[in-house]
Amino acid sequence: MKKSYILSTTDLTKSFRHVQALRGVSIQAEQGRITAIVGDNGSGKSTLIKILSGDLKPSGGQIQIANQTFSSLTIPQAMNLGIRTVYQDLSLDNYKNSAENIFLGQEYRKGPFLDQKRMLDEAKTLLDEIKVHIPDLSEPVRNLSGGQRQGLAIARALHNSGNILLLDEPTAAMGIQESHSAMNILRTLRERGMTQIIISHNLHQVFSLADHIYVMRFGEVVASVDTMDSSVSQLQEIILRQEESRV
Amino acid sequence: MKKKLLKQITPLMLLVICFLIMVFLSIKTHSFFSLKNVVNILEANSYRLILAVGMMLIISSGAIDLSVGSIVSVSAIFMAKALKAELPIPVCIFAGLLTGAMLGAINGSAIHYSRINPFIITLATSYMYRGLSLIITGGIPITKFPRAFRSFGCGDLFGMESGVTMAVVITLLIVPLFYYMRWGSYLRTMGGNPKALHRTGVTVSVYRISSYMLMGILAAVVGIIITARLNSAEPNAGMNMEMDAICAVIMGGTSLHGGDGSLLGTVIAVFLMGLIRNGLTIMNVSPYYQQFVTGGILLIAVVVAEIRSRRSRMDC
Repeated sequence: MKKSYILSTTDLTKSFRHVQALRGVSIQAEQGRITAIVGDNGSGKSTLIKILSGDLKPSGGQIQIANQTFSSLTIPQAMNLGIRTVYQDLSLDNYKNSAENIFLGQEYRKGPFLDQKRMLDEAKTLLDEIKVHIPDLSEPVRNLSGGQRQGLAIARALHNSGNILLLDEPTAAMGIQESHSAMNILRTLRERGMTQIIISHNLHQVFSLADHIYVMRFGEVVASVDTMDSSVSQLQEIILRQEESRV
Repeated sequence: MKKKLLKQITPLMLLVICFLIMVFLSIKTHSFFSLKNVVNILEANSYRLILAVGMMLIISSGAIDLSVGSIVSVSAIFMAKALKAELPIPVCIFAGLLTGAMLGAINGSAIHYSRINPFIITLATSYMYRGLSLIITGGIPITKFPRAFRSFGCGDLFGMESGVTMAVVITLLIVPLFYYMRWGSYLRTMGGNPKALHRTGVTVSVYRISSYMLMGILAAVVGIIITARLNSAEPNAGMNMEMDAICAVIMGGTSLHGGDGSLLGTVIAVFLMGLIRNGLTIMNVSPYYQQFVTGGILLIAVVVAEIRSRRSRMDC
């Protein structure tokens, strides 16, 4: 069966002055599937996610989204194309409460005024749906645990319908239970047809979740495997082999 | 309830200090509780309140504006020039306000697009704007304005001095704008986490520039009030007014790091500083000591604010 790719990149490069963060990265994300990107620190994974979300401008190459080709994206443009992002630093405003953070930039209003009640109600429903437990939604998010904050960042990405979700280490600060429920959320989203690109260090998690995996190293894609045709040990071997070849 | 009370701890503390000072002054002096003195305090602090409210918006957005005093002067001089050209008074006032808005826009744009610290940018523009006042006037005040204009500064508005009325109206208008509308919410996020705002697709420059424009307009309002009250537009008007405003904002519990702001705390802090100044004056304390005391208060306020901010960051 012919695969349908909703997002792909061709020869994407990015340099920060003399540092080459991406060197001709070409990836493809299949519609309604989870694509994982793994690799060591500094391999360019987060840079790639930031370029796809419009937060960074690439130095070269192209991005194709739903049959449209772009040399770069802005954040509003990416959002209009249905791209939602959970950044590694979560991008939360510590002084605002959970509801205000979820709806940041997309607030409900009653005339010129913010509709706090509606935002609180909808935030509660959304967080219940994805099983993130925050007892007091009016509490500033600086008082929340790492897992709750991560759950909040995921909830923000989900609250208005996008069709591509980019996740940079979505479960890094979560405990076992929170991480498990976050994984279930991502599986449910796949069932609903949402395309996801996920960055993770946890290979076991990646294998239990992703359909396709790209391995990155020093700004390059060094391997591309289907999860069905591979295993954790095989992937570890690829990463280690790359390291050895560098040594 | 307890949480709400804890949130207002700084304004409550300031209120208690105000009360203690009032008790002290009413025991020590006979003239403190006279109507004339109360009106004096309100009048003298009306323009300080207008500037402090604007500064609270700027500081809560994680920035600062050191050019406020200079904008007071430049906008007053542009308005005075228009008055001298015998343009209609509303047009002259509009010219003053427009000048304030434009100078604010220059500040906001320079800060946003250069990404240089607002402290440095507004320090530089404060010298530029003050220089502009001196260049235009040659250092000589512009005086003798039409009676109709002068009554704008000295006349009654709703039974109160117009400056006082304006300060109250402006403060009341800022409440919904800052706490219940998108503009104020984004301003606070610019202080809390500007990257978060940018990543939600919000055009941050609009909010940065508009906040400085509003600060400029408020400085122009003060320039207009002072010019009308003194019947003179002076190139040295507004000197160091930004320091009083910053002092009140910090004392009122707004963090210098931005992210949140206390309008109530700012209002009470302006009143408290006015009380201290007034108390020192009616007790015949030298104005030099007043400067010293104001500086001391600012130092204590900054130290207390920093300790609270560090504690709150450690709690995270």
